[in-house]
Amino acid sequence: MERYYQPEIETASRETIVALQNERLVKTVRRVYENVPFYREKMIAAGVSPDDIRSIEDLHKLPFSYKKDLRDTYPYGLFAVPLKEVVRLHASSGTTGKQIVVGYTEKDLQIWSDCCARALTAAGCTNEDIVQVSYGYGLFTGGLGADGGAMRLGATTIPASTGNTQRQITVMHDFGATILCCTPSYALHIAEVLHANGMTKDDLHLKAGIFGAEPWTNEMRRQIEDQLGIKAFDIYGLTEVIGPGVGFECCEQSGMHINEDHFIVEVIDPDTGEVLPEGTQGELVFTCITKEAFPILRYRTRDIGVITRGKCSCGRTLVKMSKPRGRTDDMLIIRGVNVFPSQIETVLLEKGYSANYQIIVDRANNFDSIEVQVEISNEIFSDTVRGLAERAKELSAALKTLLGLNAKVTLLEPNSIPRSEGKAVRVIDKRKLLD
Amino acid sequence: MVLQLSVFLQNKSGKIASITKALHDAGVDIRALTIADTTDFGILRMLVSDIQTAKDALAKHNCIVSVNEVTVVAVPDEPGSLSKILDLLAHEKIDIEYMYSLFTHGEKDAYMVFRVSDGKRLHSVLSQNGIHTVPGEKLGLN
Repeated sequence: MERYYQPEIETASRETIVALQNERLVKTVRRVYENVPFYREKMIAAGVSPDDIRSIEDLHKLPFSYKKDLRDTYPYGLFAVPLKEVVRLHASSGTTGKQIVVGYTEKDLQIWSDCCARALTAAGCTNEDIVQVSYGYGLFTGGLGADGGAMRLGATTIPASTGNTQRQITVMHDFGATILCCTPSYALHIAEVLHANGMTKDDLHLKAGIFGAEPWTNEMRRQIEDQLGIKAFDIYGLTEVIGPGVGFECCEQSGMHINEDHFIVEVIDPDTGEVLPEGTQGELVFTCITKEAFPILRYRTRDIGVITRGKCSCGRTLVKMSKPRGRTDDMLIIRGVNVFPSQIETVLLEKGYSANYQIIVDRANNFDSIEVQVEISNEIFSDTVRGLAERAKELSAALKTLLGLNAKVTLLEPNSIPRSEGKAVRVIDKRKLLD
Repeated sequence: MVLQLSVFLQNKSGKIASITKALHDAGVDIRALTIADTTDFGILRMLVSDIQTAKDALAKHNCIVSVNEVTVVAVPDEPGSLSKILDLLAHEKIDIEYMYSLFTHGEKDAYMVFRVSDGKRLHSVLSQNGIHTVPGEKLGLN
């Protein structure tokens, strides 16, 4: 029997959700126009006034927001309430540039906790569970976001944060954690250290895990499920929108339900900005319609995905987004071919390799080269040169079939690729394309 | 048959030294050693005094290892004797995956290590032809 945290929303009729969205969007746009000069100027420049936005049908008239806007108005330029009403700040480290900062009112934190509580409930969590939160606590939204959801449900929270994997395992074992929240790559690292300690999934009490903050494939899901003996659920979110909990997976594990009472999703053509019909792949764009402090409008996520409104077996009526296929900024263009690291990961796991890999892109004499480095296991190691060379060749051929590119395959010994306790570093692009 | 330990060698400096150090620390004696190398990686193959201890010690150092059966053949130390054995294998269609020699002290035979396509048949072919194989105990292998 499927359980919901807020069934009146999660299983609401389309009409109910649309009515909520219409009312909330109109209010938010008006408030943002009045309180945030940046949005007001942008709307005036686009020739749109708050009166033009009467329902979600009018959403496309609003200008887009970009990460650059957050940087240009850093730190507080996009806040829609006075700082005295802001009770929390979070920041994104900005691996690709200057950091960004977002704020939350007390009500915003409640909304966020509700979103995460829905995700935890969909993963089977109740107030009887013990939730180990191994996302970083701090400016990163992962730790405190999941923590808020678990607290909302009345579950027992272990605020383990990241790092010290041995201690994570001791705590997980001794305290009897039943739910694990962390990045998928860290979940696999925990499993690796668990096995190195001579322990197995049977020594733990885990039953489910909620993994997010980086792209991962279904093959990686199977590995995590197998090695930790759990059901692994995806969770979606971005700091700019709220943090984890924008969307969450249910028992069907076939995409993430978006919390549409708080966030409106659109799929657009990243080149033209045109809104695409449901079921078409494009860039995901989110508009916050309930947040007070940082209600971003039509935010370009750079995540590539598909949304579908088919009936879900879990009973939820909330629209579903596919696992993001990749980010437009993660996408590598190698010799003119679009390559997403997730595609390479799929091939590696299908061929029996580990999820510990790194993609090295370089350019010599104006010719791009791609190298896939992957750690091998005892099972893959053959005692003959021919056997190993064949494995590398087979992998190279599979990559060639998928990408249409010749990739050099380098087999590495275990623990050669640095482990990350947060987001894994998958790509090292050594090309100097810009001055 | 004799058990041989193979180790995956990633192409980085100090790798072999780290392996021999790990074996030294574990008190393991290396009785024979050979390296197969390619541009990208290598394989270190060894006969050691205590294979289980060696395997455990190397696993702790993140080494990828495998254990395989090989045959140690006593080749009379005189011209033509190795050639005679190899002719025999070719005739019997036993393929050699790899082979290497093993140094011994004060023996009248040279020892060669063979990894072949069909180890059992190799043993019967050799014994039918009066060629001796060397048991692990004689080489101090456990």
